[in-house]
Amino acid sequence: MRTVKVEEKLFQNRYLVDADNPHIRLKDPELCEKTCATKQCTVCCPAGCYTLEGQKVVLITDGCLECGTCRIICTTYRNVDWEYPRGGYGIQFKFG
Amino acid sequence: MEKFDVIVVGAGPSGNAAAYTLAKAGLSVLQLERGEAAGSKNVQGAILYSDALEKVIPNFRDDAPLERHIIEQRMWVLDDESFIGTHFRSDDFNKPPYNRYTIIRAKFDKWFSKKVQEAGALIISETTVKELLRDKSGKVVGVETDRADGKVYADVVIMADGVNSTLARKAGFRPELDPKHVALAVKEIHFMPRETVEQRFNIKDDEGVVIEMLGKITQGMMGTGFLYTNSDSISIGVGCMLSDFMEQKLTPYDLLEQMKRHPSIQPLIQGGEMKEYTAHLIPEGGYHAIPRVYGDGWMIVGDSGMFVNAVHREGSNLAMTTGRMAAETIIELHRAGKPMSEANLALYKERLDDSFVMKDLKKYKDMPDIFHSNNQFFTTYPELLSRSAYTMLKVDGVDKLTKEKEIFASFKERRSLFGLLGDAFKLWRAFR
Ligand SMILES: Cc1cc2nc3c(=O)[nH]c(=O)nc-3n(C[C@H](O)[C@H](O)[C@H](O)COP(=O)(O)OP(=O)(O)OC[C@H]3O[C@@H](n4cnc5c(N)ncnc54)[C@H](O)[C@@H]3O)c2cc1C
Ligand code: SF4
Ligand code: SF4
Repeated sequence: MRTVKVEEKLFQNRYLVDADNPHIRLKDPELCEKTCATKQCTVCCPAGCYTLEGQKVVLITDGCLECGTCRIICTTYRNVDWEYPRGGYGIQFKFG
Repeated sequence: MEKFDVIVVGAGPSGNAAAYTLAKAGLSVLQLERGEAAGSKNVQGAILYSDALEKVIPNFRDDAPLERHIIEQRMWVLDDESFIGTHFRSDDFNKPPYNRYTIIRAKFDKWFSKKVQEAGALIISETTVKELLRDKSGKVVGVETDRADGKVYADVVIMADGVNSTLARKAGFRPELDPKHVALAVKEIHFMPRETVEQRFNIKDDEGVVIEMLGKITQGMMGTGFLYTNSDSISIGVGCMLSDFMEQKLTPYDLLEQMKRHPSIQPLIQGGEMKEYTAHLIPEGGYHAIPRVYGDGWMIVGDSGMFVNAVHREGSNLAMTTGRMAAETIIELHRAGKPMSEANLALYKERLDDSFVMKDLKKYKDMPDIFHSNNQFFTTYPELLSRSAYTMLKVDGVDKLTKEKEIFASFKERRSLFGLLGDAFKLWRAFR
């Protein structure tokens, strides 16, 4: 099955990135790498913010759509520290 | 110290309906929104149901940004290569005042927000509320925002902050969302000349068509797809339960991409220019998932209170209705000089129970569970239905009775006779 590049989709969106101030963090990145077997965030995030580098989970929030999925699905470890971006920053939907 | 009668957090349909109603009645209202403007964080399909908005702004049709009024509803059950479905078009839907419209949320929310401002509320956007402020007794007395000197106070705080409701969660008013109670929807908007939209859907002027879809497009997950006509664009999306996404190796955007390639769907969006890709959660847990929605100095409205009727795809109307009812409760107490205590605010819940909001949610209270534990509704049945149609319609020299028997046998082979009857019974009970 052909996989689409989510970056191409996100490219159409408008963002105001709060540089160096990510609104979502992994509480314990080592837990993601060593303990979490499913790493479902790398599949479920609709913006592809979570990627795998070997066994390491890398989170880059620049393309985040602020949906909340990653926080809710991390049921076993509750390892996602999730906030909305600062007021005015983040995704700016043109149509919604 | 600045103090208002009411603080409303969020400028979606629920917050706007509440703030508008309160400001119109002369109360001092502060509305806080984290987006650059109302609507810049919000996603919807989007169908607007007139009735709920009419009860807040009776003459909304005069200047609201409406795309098309819906004259035809299609329900498609899809297999890999086909669909079987019903199309219902009626000229009754073509007589003003129209009952349902397609809208584009970013435009609609901005319009609504302007009405709120005109009614006299103070709206501050680009401001994220971080948490509720409470006094020693636990009563909510205001909110803390991410602005410098960001504390503001009010007699009552309405949380209209949407499905993730960070505020209610942090305050311990409700638990973290259960993946079984929320759907993740992804959506795109494709622009094309209005004539193209009209030709493809056999419509004219501001007439519109909506298609709701079920079946193989969700790859066995519990969910639905949709395709709505706007003035010069088409909204297309698919949503499935998060608990199902958790079991998948398929990403949400791949799911949408596969749906767009379906031979019955692709020609409808062909040549369009994709201008935005969005994702949003929908609270679909229904009646059993509704948390407590009021307490000392606080109320919850809209998605934050899980007020969505997933079976009928109604959300924004429940949001506006709960927002209005919360406001009406506050107005009544305010005029009587009564405090915004838990005991007094219980009137809000009474009003909800007495309205279509809770009555409908109660009616369908078992629906989510039935679909969760019976995924044949999303897998086996769509496939069997379209095969049956194909078998019956194909002219190949086999007589119709033999064909009927063949179809019945294929249903029984995939699902026992008891299973079939049981499914019919479950659906009947839940819909009753
Ligand atoms: C893909 C999709 C299709 C849908 N289709 C339909 C449909 O066709 N018809 C229908 O009726 N419903 C539909 N719904 C449901 C509908 O969109 C929601 O029920 C409705 O938007 C809920 O309104 P709300 O005001 O409660 O929440 P929202 O619209 O989510 O608004 C919440 C607001 O609060 C703000 N906010 C949140 N937290 C904070 C904070 N801490 N500080 C400041 N501001 C904050 C947000 O920025 C946002 O503006 C659909 C939903 C989706 C996702
Ligand atoms: S699901 Fe949670 S624990 Fe597992 S990799 Fe993702 S964030 Fe880490
Ligand atoms: S909030 Fe949604 S879009 Fe943002 S990182 Fe989490 S899953 Fe991805």
